[in-house]
Parts: sequence; structure tokens; C-alpha cells
Amino acid sequence: MKLTVLVHAAPYSSQAAYSAYRFSASALAAGHEIYRLFFYYDGVHNSNSLSIQAQDEFDLIAAWRTLIDTHQLDAISCVSSALKRGILDAQEAARYEKSASNLAEEFTLSGLGQLVEASMMSDRVVSFGG
Amino acid sequence: MSIDNAKTITFISRSTPYGHGRAKACLDMVLSAAVFEQKINFIFMDDGVWQLKKGQTPSNIDAKDLSAAFAALPLYEVNDLYVEASAIEERGLSLDELVVPAQAIESAKIAELISLSDVVFTL
Repeated sequence: MKLTVLVHAAPYSSQAAYSAYRFSASALAAGHEIYRLFFYYDGVHNSNSLSIQAQDEFDLIAAWRTLIDTHQLDAISCVSSALKRGILDAQEAARYEKSASNLAEEFTLSGLGQLVEASMMSDRVVSFGG
Repeated sequence: MSIDNAKTITFISRSTPYGHGRAKACLDMVLSAAVFEQKINFIFMDDGVWQLKKGQTPSNIDAKDLSAAFAALPLYEVNDLYVEASAIEERGLSLDELVVPAQAIESAKIAELISLSDVVFTL
């Protein structure tokens, strides 16, 4: 089955983003295709490369990055959500004259149209975040 | 984008307009889907019905007025707007206090709309 996964919860504040990760990894392991991962609203915090975890805690952002890289997934953080929350790629940092960028390189900033398009192309859209 | 792929997408918005960002986030999703000419149901449940109340003055709390965007939904061909009847009643609201025409429906009808949808988003 062709799936799109929508994450609109931040990592660590609740279990939702972790559940989204576990669902995605399990779906891939079961032979399903993930058409797109879309991170919206507080979900964009999952793409912050500057997040640091204690050594004995699960590093969800690192786990997402490995999953995306291993399976060459299309992972998009909503650009308007991301900019509001200080998640910038190099291009946006330059555009808004900010001193740094922090979007993890496995992710791409793009618009909500990518979620709508993914909804049209997928058999199921599964949302995580209350 | 070909509209041959058009899907029925139901959006359920359950939050107050200004307490947090969910109402705006849901509205933005609806507007994006409208641009792609999807068949849209927009359902307001629980405190979400407050989003449609006339006479909002969010400038008092330095927030942008969302109600103007709701009033403009018909311009985006988003005409299937629903409010949960019990949510309206419990809050002492009436349909003529809303900024845009919406149909009051019972939970059974909401369940039916969900079951007829390809995709459901809840925020």
C-alpha cells in the first residue's frame, strides 16, 4: 500500500512523533511504500538538526534521518510552519538574513500543496498528533 | 494537477480560533486543498465552532482575524461547511451568528461524512 504520513506534533513533547516514526519504520519493513513524510505545524521540530538528546535517551531526530536516508524517502517540512519555528535551510537563512540554518539535510522545505498532492497519490494518509 | 485524481477530503477543526495555532493550521490545509480542486468537507466540532462566530476582535491580543478567511471560503469553492449541532447548542450559539453559512449536523451525519471520505484530517 502507498502511504503518506503526516506528523503535526513535536518530538518529545508527546509520544505522537515517536509513534509516527515507529509506524513508518514498521510499514516499510512490512513492504509498504511511503510516498511522502510531511511534517506540519509543531511537527517541523522533527527536522531540527540542532536538537540534542541525553546520551541515554532515544534520539528521534537521528532516527528519522537514518530512516529517510536508508529508504530514500521524500521528507518535507512545511515551509511556513518551519520559518515560524526557526527551522531554516541555507536558502531561507540567506533570504531572511539569519545567522544560521538548521534544517536536517534529509528534509526539504516546501508548501502544503505537497501534502495535498501526496493525499491524492496515496492509498492512505495517516496522521500523528492530537 | 489533473482533477481526475480529486479526492473527498474532510477536515475537522475542533479548537478555538486563537487559543493556539490549530485553527489557523487547519484553515491553511483547507485552502491548499481547495487550490487543488479537491472535494472538501469542512466540519467544525467542539470549541471549533467559535472560529465562525461573528464579531471577533483578535487585534486585542495581537492576533490576526481568521474570520475574514472563513467568510471567503465560498470564493474558494469550499461550500460544504458543517457545524456540530450539539456544539452550537452547548455554547449558546445560533447559525445566524456565524460569518459564513454552515449546516448544523448531528454526530451520525458527521460519521457518515467521514465514512464517505478518502482522507480525513483533524486538527
